[in-house]
Amino acid sequence: MVDCVFRIGGEGGEGVISTGELMTIALARAGFEIYTFRTYPAEIKGGHANYQVRVADKLLLSQGDHVDVLMAFNEEAYQKHAKDVPKGGVIIYDSDSFSVPPSDHHILYPIPLTSLATEKIGIKLTKNIISLGVLAALFDVPFEKFAGLLKDRFKKKGDAVVQKNLQALQVGVDYVKSMQKRDSIRIGSGPRTAKELVLSGNESLALGAIAAGCRLYAGYPITPATDIMEFLAKELPKIGGYVIQTEDEISAIGCVLGASFAGTKAMTATSGPGFSLMTEMIGLAVVAEIPAVIVDVQRVGPSTGMPTKTEQGDLYLAVYGGHGNCPRIVMALNNVEDCFYGIQRAFNLAEEFQMPVIVLSDQYLGHRKATVPPPDLAKVPIISRRKPTPDELQKGYRRYKSTPDFISPMSMPGMEGGGYVAEGLEHDEVGYPAASDHENHLKLTQKRYGKFIEVEQVSNEMCRIHGDEHPEIAVIGWGSSEGVIREAVQMAKEKGISAGALHPKILYPLPLARIRDFISGTKAVIIPEVNYTGQFATLLRKRFAYDFIQLNKCVGLPFTPKEILDKIEEVAANVRTSRQPHATRV
Amino acid sequence: MSGPVVSLTPQEYKTEEHPIWCPGCGDFGVLASLYQSLSALNILPKDLTVISGIGCSGRTPGFVKSYGFHVVHGRVLPVSLGVKAANPKLTVIGVGGDGDGFAIGGGHLPHASRRNPDMTYIIMDNAVYGLTKGQYSPTSPTGYQAGSTPYGNTEQPLNPLAMTIAYGATFVGQGYSGKPKELTQLINRAIEHKGFAFLNVISPCITFNNTYKVIPAKLKEVPADHDVTNQAKAFELALQNDVVQLGVLYQVRKPTFEEGMHQVITKAQAASPPRLDEIFSEFS
Repeated sequence: MVDCVFRIGGEGGEGVISTGELMTIALARAGFEIYTFRTYPAEIKGGHANYQVRVADKLLLSQGDHVDVLMAFNEEAYQKHAKDVPKGGVIIYDSDSFSVPPSDHHILYPIPLTSLATEKIGIKLTKNIISLGVLAALFDVPFEKFAGLLKDRFKKKGDAVVQKNLQALQVGVDYVKSMQKRDSIRIGSGPRTAKELVLSGNESLALGAIAAGCRLYAGYPITPATDIMEFLAKELPKIGGYVIQTEDEISAIGCVLGASFAGTKAMTATSGPGFSLMTEMIGLAVVAEIPAVIVDVQRVGPSTGMPTKTEQGDLYLAVYGGHGNCPRIVMALNNVEDCFYGIQRAFNLAEEFQMPVIVLSDQYLGHRKATVPPPDLAKVPIISRRKPTPDELQKGYRRYKSTPDFISPMSMPGMEGGGYVAEGLEHDEVGYPAASDHENHLKLTQKRYGKFIEVEQVSNEMCRIHGDEHPEIAVIGWGSSEGVIREAVQMAKEKGISAGALHPKILYPLPLARIRDFISGTKAVIIPEVNYTGQFATLLRKRFAYDFIQLNKCVGLPFTPKEILDKIEEVAANVRTSRQPHATRV
Repeated sequence: MSGPVVSLTPQEYKTEEHPIWCPGCGDFGVLASLYQSLSALNILPKDLTVISGIGCSGRTPGFVKSYGFHVVHGRVLPVSLGVKAANPKLTVIGVGGDGDGFAIGGGHLPHASRRNPDMTYIIMDNAVYGLTKGQYSPTSPTGYQAGSTPYGNTEQPLNPLAMTIAYGATFVGQGYSGKPKELTQLINRAIEHKGFAFLNVISPCITFNNTYKVIPAKLKEVPADHDVTNQAKAFELALQNDVVQLGVLYQVRKPTFEEGMHQVITKAQAASPPRLDEIFSEFS
């Protein structure tokens, strides 16, 4: 069985990330499942960067709890990460950069990466490729996977560059032959033969948006969402779509509403600061009933916060942001594959219910890569907004007319007889301003909230349960924590604890029936969240008189399975001894 | 639903909604000229989108038979850009006041100017916040005294014409609501201009900043021999003190936003066939 975590650490801008990505794709091509995790510095060049890839011959749910092999390019990387390598783990380091005193705790492989690069190849930066040769040879990853990948990656730069890289790879392989292997890690080839894609969460989301029929993207660069815009800028025009880089996020959501009003499916993606700027126009989309998809790849806030670190801190803003009575749908994405299908569901919900859908991702999910099966375009049928019939257009079209399901047919410019004013003012059924009609305001507010009756049904359907369906110790999580929670629940069950997790995809409106059913009969419910106050737990407490136990982590990093397992075990022990459960901060 | 195209009379562009403006408001004149232009240019309501922000003039879409969008304060231009990107064939007319366009929404004007979407942007400039009862606006003169400036406005007014010429808007003109015939012609030219047409219309607020008596003396036609493609000369006209220039100061033909969009799509599709599975294959 293969389940191994590699971490590469060093100076930002010196190839740590690209070395990690090459390693990841080579392992995927070797037939393994992969799950990466990266943190990188906020500095443009310099600062500490690291890239982690977990590789296994089974489905991977999290980044793991420890590091099996650390590749340290400099002393800082060693100092920061050696503690995550348990006893008996492997540390490979550039012995030209620093030295490590001999120890029984770790298996150390000092390798003069820098001097090998400068002496054998003549280019210092080839130490990255040499290190890949070392990893390939030491852990028996098929050499041809690395060689083939380097050929693909560098062929545009010419044969000389390809040859230099292959030469560097061989230098690493040859060096290992002169060493004595003292660890027992062997990777070899994985079980998978079918071709899979290697995608980041952001890439998967962008592909899903294209599949959903999005043909206009407007956005403003912001970490960690920018790569969605860059991806779509390259891909959307190929199928007739377009990307506008606007002057700010207010303009971005303005473009999205304008395009959607004119009949084109449109999206913007941002992070906390940009999302804060957009809140006024979320209200406009609500009152004018315009489909819109707004992605928030969350990072640490408030204000500028920690732009390159992860947090689940924007849930309140997503659910409550904006003034007035302002119904919108809030979804959270769970894993890389789900980014593809989840964003399609977001477009469908926006179109069907003619309201803004806010999609929460985060830096942890947006920037990690995973192997995913080739997308199935038939899995989520595309839904488009209800349009007026010719009869409705001819006989005095009323844009906001009341209907049994509260959804009114939406015309678009170009349709004869469909003219109306999409009004930010409170309006009547036709669309005429009705800013002084008290009864009408109630009626139209009821219409806009009435759509929630059906959305809540969808919300109930879009939940997943992991582990026991009616557990003693329950976990309800949201967003990118799903895999970690699922792994923790499995570990708890292996220890004999009756544990199960519910993971809703739509957070607002809440799947009340499913949650009610899930928590009835449980002895304790844990709500793990990567934020300080427990924003989801607060939403739940509004609707359920239940003593939810919070587990909060607020250090800019995602949960590890063990952190959640520890809480499950502690709560299980408390339940057995009838002690009061209590909240924890990791 | 196709058939012989019959042009609408100016009257037929009116809707059932009646303007809420004060009697004597300059905006009535702008609206009347707009009806005239739409009729003269035979723009069908189904192909017309009128987009407005907040303020007295923001109510305009409700009075014009069209697809209207009454957006939030200051965001006429971003929403208009989205409409044009989605459907370049539409005639898009953005309308708003000096507060909407130069204060809260002022940050969008340089970017609309340089992007050059094929649309018309009409500012009804009354140099005051009429809807909130008379506070000074970005075009109010120094010394203007009202609710928020009880001791007189100490700030400099901005110059909408000089500003947009400097931003590189490809059409910059100015009209006066009291000269409806000339204004109609100006709106015609603005709509017919290929690119971003900025039209500042002096439209007095009879209630809070009645300038009907002082404006006529300041009006000055742009000289007949003025070369509208000369940016420096246009700038000179715009900077003349205490003069309200009437006419087109600057007009050049530059690639529009939609032409750029078309160019990018053509380039992308030449390199790769428009197929989703082709895109997927890049990631394995």
